Amino acid sequence: MTAKTLFEKVWERHVVVPETADTPAVLYIDLHLTHEVTSPQAFSVLRARGLKVRRPDRTLVTMDHSTPTDAAQVFGGVPIALQSAALQIRQLERNCAEFGLELIGLQDDRRGIVHIIGPESGATQPGKTIVCGDSHTSTHGAFGALAFGIGTTEVGYVLATQCLLQRRPRTLAIDVTGRLPLGVSAKDLVLAIIGRIGVNGGTGHVVEYRGPAIEALSMDGRMTVCNMSIEAGARAGMVAPDATTFEYLRGRPRAPQGEAWERAVADWRGLGTDDGAAFDRTVEIDADVIEPMITYGTNPGMVAAVSGRVPERAGDAAFARALEYMGLAPGEALRDKPVQVVFIGSCTNARLSDLETAAKVLSGRKVAPGVRLLVVPGSQQIKRQAEELGYARAFIEAGAEWRESGCSMCLGMNGDTVPHGQYCLSTSNRNFEGRQGAGARTLLASPATAAATAVRGRVTDPRDFLN
Amino acid sequence: MDPITRIRSRTVVMPSSNIDTDQIIPARFLTTTTREGLGAALFADWRYGAEGAPRTDFVLNHPESRGCGILVAGRNIGCGSSREHAPWALLDYGFRAVISTEIADIFRSNSLKNGLLPVVVDATTHAWLIANPGVEVEIDLPAATVRLPDGRAVPFPIEAFARYCLMNGVDELGYLLGQGDAIDAYERRAG
Repeated sequence: MTAKTLFEKVWERHVVVPETADTPAVLYIDLHLTHEVTSPQAFSVLRARGLKVRRPDRTLVTMDHSTPTDAAQVFGGVPIALQSAALQIRQLERNCAEFGLELIGLQDDRRGIVHIIGPESGATQPGKTIVCGDSHTSTHGAFGALAFGIGTTEVGYVLATQCLLQRRPRTLAIDVTGRLPLGVSAKDLVLAIIGRIGVNGGTGHVVEYRGPAIEALSMDGRMTVCNMSIEAGARAGMVAPDATTFEYLRGRPRAPQGEAWERAVADWRGLGTDDGAAFDRTVEIDADVIEPMITYGTNPGMVAAVSGRVPERAGDAAFARALEYMGLAPGEALRDKPVQVVFIGSCTNARLSDLETAAKVLSGRKVAPGVRLLVVPGSQQIKRQAEELGYARAFIEAGAEWRESGCSMCLGMNGDTVPHGQYCLSTSNRNFEGRQGAGARTLLASPATAAATAVRGRVTDPRDFLN
Repeated sequence: MDPITRIRSRTVVMPSSNIDTDQIIPARFLTTTTREGLGAALFADWRYGAEGAPRTDFVLNHPESRGCGILVAGRNIGCGSSREHAPWALLDYGFRAVISTEIADIFRSNSLKNGLLPVVVDATTHAWLIANPGVEVEIDLPAATVRLPDGRAVPFPIEAFARYCLMNGVDELGYLLGQGDAIDAYERRAG
């Protein structure tokens, strides 16, 4: 039998009709995550064509992008400030009622960012195909699932048929040798990877992250890495399931239970890439030399060590334009750059261990005067856990705003935005122009760097706060 | 969707690489529940100043850009967010095709499903198009070529099934719904 990659095994299991020269493969989708922003037009198509949702049991619906993070608006009966967002939320409620879908609604204690509650509930599992009308669906690949973002038209296809038409992508192995040094996190690793291969380095490929530095990561860390695969242009990133994966999933409400659990784990153990299986491309990364990273430009590939400087690229007009937007000069040191806002949140870095890291830095300290620190947990469950463990108290006592879960300031759809011209050190995934608000200047980094920077009010190497 | 065979138009050039979908349409315009009328928000933060007045330094606001249906963009256009609002906004504004050396995966897929032609050409042709904004070109979908003003026909890759759907004005949903028996059989097999 030919040796196969993890991707090939998952792909082949889901082929309903094989591809030919004239037609793409019909690929079966095990889990469809749906939210309020990219689904309304898909439901309209179903309605217009008289179609039903084929598998409501394989459709997990929630709201996260445009939802308020202000407790009074979520729970207190205060009307949602942004009227268009309120209408979009109401439309999702109506669509779920009409099409017979269970909705994890605004006040549900299982609610959260869709890419956080999929794994948290145990719905995300090794070997599954998972899609969502959101590019950060790549997050779920951390479990050895094939998970990728789709557009709204395809959301409609999956609702109606539970299938997609797909050409088989190419494969890219990213082998991460060594071990991340103390104070260097999964976020720093993935930023370093994107800096190395570029924002188009993964286009047309499914990435498999491998090697000792990946195996050593927690599930939270693996999710951070896979989450940002799309920032290198790859629609999907995957990590082979192992004991860390199984330990994370065991006992979660939507995971298999009892005998079914034992059978599932036995199956999942066989999913990993076989020895000798071929990838279309391979890249090697040495974890030992990675430092805390921070972006300085307007895409995630424009990244340097926190201890480093903005590069000089004479004659590159796009580069010059990005630096002009950012208000940074070639050769300028990144460390000690003043910031006005710090955002700890998003599907990249709002899980419990991210909040723990930030709370350790902030505990007994204060946010620097004039700096706004917004902490938005990834889910309501994470919020509750962070409150029980004292992290929330550390944030509040430091002077941070502690909010209800949602996508929030990652993309500012709900009104949580960064003012024009201000610098925001953010644990999210995109530093595009205007991403966090028109004219906002985003510096992407890890939760540890964010917390350290909030305390000093200037870009700070988190290793200054070790011990 | 109307069938597409040929698109003949002058070009607008935006040479920047990595034009992401947040630029094509910023997130604050995504709280809509329809796909209509998004052309007004196309490139909103590049097109309009803080007071909402059109910025004269932005190419779409130049008089010669009026009526152009083909956008020539730098490498890797459409990266980032999967928002289908990006092709919806481009189409609503009046674009029918995007030409680059590289087009991000999800944006390309979304464009094909809405009749916005994603056209990837070789670096030499691309450099010429970037250097010559406003030229009239013709995209021939059956032949999968771009005809330049000098008469040369430059080939571009396009997936066979997507081309069939575009040329016949049909969407893939009908085809998928026609696979019902195979999907039933798969579900029985997979449990």
